[in-house]
Amino acid sequence: MDAKRESEPTPMKNRTTVERKSERELVVTRTFNAPARIVFEAWTQPELLKRWWAPKSFGVSFISCEADVRAGGSYRFVFEHPASEHPMEFFGRYIEVTPHSRLVWTNDEGGAGGAVTTVTFEERGAETLVVMHDIYPSKEALDSAIASGSTGGFSETFEQLDEVLVTMDASVGP
Amino acid sequence: MVQYSRPHFDASFAALSDATRRGVLEQLGRADASITDLAEKFHMTLTGMKKHVGVLEQAGLVITEKVGRVRTCKLGLCRLEEEAAWIERYRQIWSVRFDELDKVVEELKRKEKVDGRKKRK
Repeated sequence: MDAKRESEPTPMKNRTTVERKSERELVVTRTFNAPARIVFEAWTQPELLKRWWAPKSFGVSFISCEADVRAGGSYRFVFEHPASEHPMEFFGRYIEVTPHSRLVWTNDEGGAGGAVTTVTFEERGAETLVVMHDIYPSKEALDSAIASGSTGGFSETFEQLDEVLVTMDASVGP
Repeated sequence: MVQYSRPHFDASFAALSDATRRGVLEQLGRADASITDLAEKFHMTLTGMKKHVGVLEQAGLVITEKVGRVRTCKLGLCRLEEEAAWIERYRQIWSVRFDELDKVVEELKRKEKVDGRKKRK
């Protein structure tokens, strides 16, 4: 897309890692260059969440983003995608909300096979390590999530995403 | 990283323990085929071949797809490859998301600095 802009140095992006930690657990990690309270805020204010959860490059857009971020509160994200006739819905409820350190929520759109997501925010100097655990009810539930190719409803946009990723690799910075 | 699970291996070994099923895999390595084609090639009944294909499918070695009245069989990705590919996809999705989150975080940081300066004044 854009020509390389080597004259404008951009900060190095931190690496996201994903690992299948056990038969029924996936772990995603990423470091952010900010204190935990700021990163936590971006995860818990629906207006902020909306800005990064479905990047434009995914090809989906939020129809609505409701999140009552407190223990027992529920959330519902509705997206639309040009390729899909029906909007995609993701919903569940927050089990634990501990300011600046821990969030736990359920993923109920898939029925009983849905994972429980725990996100921890660990401040390390000027940085915050975010660790996200998806714990599935059984090995079979995680296996079938993998087999179905589903990755949080964005499988439809893979091709498009691949293109974007290629472009992103080719250009420096945003 | 990816854990090998005992049941998966058992299923694969059980699937591969039979000469016909090994032959089917070899055949599908050359070209996709319908269950009817396979039954003819291995001189079996349709029901018998369906059972063999079912075992291979269970082990993730073969995938089948029904188009109209014909069920076509082809070699499945090994589950471990499939899993590795899925995990990489998942990582990419979160990576794109988190790069976007970086921008939100940077903005909040800047805002906090400005607000902090205002308060001190």
